[in-house]
Amino acid sequence: MTLASVVIVGAGQAGFQVAASLRQEGYDGRITLIGDEPGLPYQRPPLSKAYLLGKIQETNLLFRPAEFYATQRIELLHNQATAIDRVNRRVVLASGDAISYDHLVLATGAHNRPLPVPGGELPQVFGIKTKADADALAPLAKAARNVVVIGAGFIGLEFAAVAAALGANVHVLELAERPMARAVSREMSELFRQAHEQWGVHFDFRQGLSRIDGDNGKVCAVQTADGRVLPADLVVFGIGVIPNAQLATEADLAIENGIKVDANLLTSDPRISALGDVASFPCLQNDEQHTRLESVQNAIDQARAVASRLMGKPAPYSALPWFWTDQGDLKLQIAGLSHGYDSTVVLGSAKDKQLSVLCFRNDRLVAVESCNRMGDHMAARKILARAPKLTAAEAAADGFDLKAWEAANRD
Amino acid sequence: MPTLTFIEHNGTAHQVKGDIGQSVMQAATFASVPGIPADCGGACSCATCHAYVDEAWLNTVQAPEGMENDMLEYAFERRDNSRLSCQLIISQEMDGMVLHLPSSQF
Ligand SMILES: Cc1cc2nc3c(=O)[nH]c(=O)nc-3n(C[C@H](O)[C@H](O)[C@H](O)COP(=O)(O)OP(=O)(O)OC[C@H]3O[C@@H](n4cnc5c(N)ncnc54)[C@H](O)[C@@H]3O)c2cc1C
Ligand code: FES
Repeated sequence: MTLASVVIVGAGQAGFQVAASLRQEGYDGRITLIGDEPGLPYQRPPLSKAYLLGKIQETNLLFRPAEFYATQRIELLHNQATAIDRVNRRVVLASGDAISYDHLVLATGAHNRPLPVPGGELPQVFGIKTKADADALAPLAKAARNVVVIGAGFIGLEFAAVAAALGANVHVLELAERPMARAVSREMSELFRQAHEQWGVHFDFRQGLSRIDGDNGKVCAVQTADGRVLPADLVVFGIGVIPNAQLATEADLAIENGIKVDANLLTSDPRISALGDVASFPCLQNDEQHTRLESVQNAIDQARAVASRLMGKPAPYSALPWFWTDQGDLKLQIAGLSHGYDSTVVLGSAKDKQLSVLCFRNDRLVAVESCNRMGDHMAARKILARAPKLTAAEAAADGFDLKAWEAANRD
Repeated sequence: MPTLTFIEHNGTAHQVKGDIGQSVMQAATFASVPGIPADCGGACSCATCHAYVDEAWLNTVQAPEGMENDMLEYAFERRDNSRLSCQLIISQEMDGMVLHLPSSQF
């Protein structure tokens, strides 16, 4: 199968990687990468961490320099795709141009769920998604005295750690009863709660906000749902994302919490693939239920799978999910998906900020969360990549060591 | 601008110019040296930027510590001169340094 042209919509982590992997695998046809953000494709993880702290510079965000796109013949178009004409196999752009495709890849990512309260439109209220967001936020974060963070998910907590390190008073409002409640175990939440409190972060759990007050167009306070007034000069929210599926919806592609794809990452139109944050795929590690993951690993591994398939080597997508977040001096790494786990075994000690939580479902290891225990994380990735045989009883035995178990069970 | 040489497992050598303060990983990926996926983009979270520092240059760089050392434990074919290249920051003393790439990063 030779395709004369592949058009990729979305020049983020997944879209860039499809283009790069296609060339790496020897694809010789035309590649058009359409992105609606200015500049060269870049990575997002540092935006809420090292980049905000000024520890890394703009060029360190880039995947590749400008020459790469020229030498690899990847045509980067700064434009927005506004419609897909499936009958004529064309993508229509905001500029009015239309680009023909033999295969279309949708890698449009997701946007931040907006903060649905009065005052949410004030200029000192931020979600963090793009480099433009981080560039606008950085000077305010350095100058801020009172920061209110809405949502104790990964991005909210990464920012809380940054703001505390920059010397602000940080107050986090979270509807759930603990940090990162949807993503990690109770034990891991507790470690992170304590660490943030040591950095000076104040938490309000089971608490929302009713409005943000402004004074002369500037944020001055946040009113909590229970009627308290928190002084604030900066508000950052991270309350989840909404997949950018509009193009696909309007083109009548199947949608199910994002663009619905099959195990080969094909949409309901076999000439269109979707991947990354926008795609909902049958996830092997989640009982093949359609699942949407938001991580660098997911974007990259799915991109490699799409590129291989376009090069005539199809294989159902099965890569093990893994993830990391950096908060202060803590690195949390997660291997596998803990959905529906029913028991845990804990290794290490929360007091020393070195903890691994092994999550079991029906006595089968499904995920390992590690804080500052990289060796455990890497061992877990090896163990979970095959059908794992480790039982909860074995893991709970005195002196159990995950790395030693992995080494002894490498068939 | 220090020059670094990357030698792929198959023997192909790539001379690359790097900026002081840039990571060795980024100097290599920016120059399209193959065999360094660097999936996490330099966050010390993936161990797919593994390289061997040529024996002659071992005195120029420190031994891996802490997080990096733990991650390397699981890198494919770790050796005494293994480093995660995203954690190696280019300095003038590295001008001329040679790094060898492993046969696989996974
Ligand atoms: C602040 C932040 C921190 C993060 N930290 C981590 C982390 O520590 N670890 C981790 O694993 N993951 C992290 N992530 C998640 C990770 O960055 C995403 O999962 C990944 O970027 C998803 O890749 P993607 O290509 O699907 O989407 P994106 O990278 O979001 O790219 C989508 C691109 O498509 C563009 N686009 C959308 N619609 C159109 C259109 N119609 N026409 C043209 N262009 C369009 C968008 O503007 C965007 O540029 C973080 C994300 C953020 C925002
Ligand atoms: S790039 Fe991921 S550990 Fe170096």
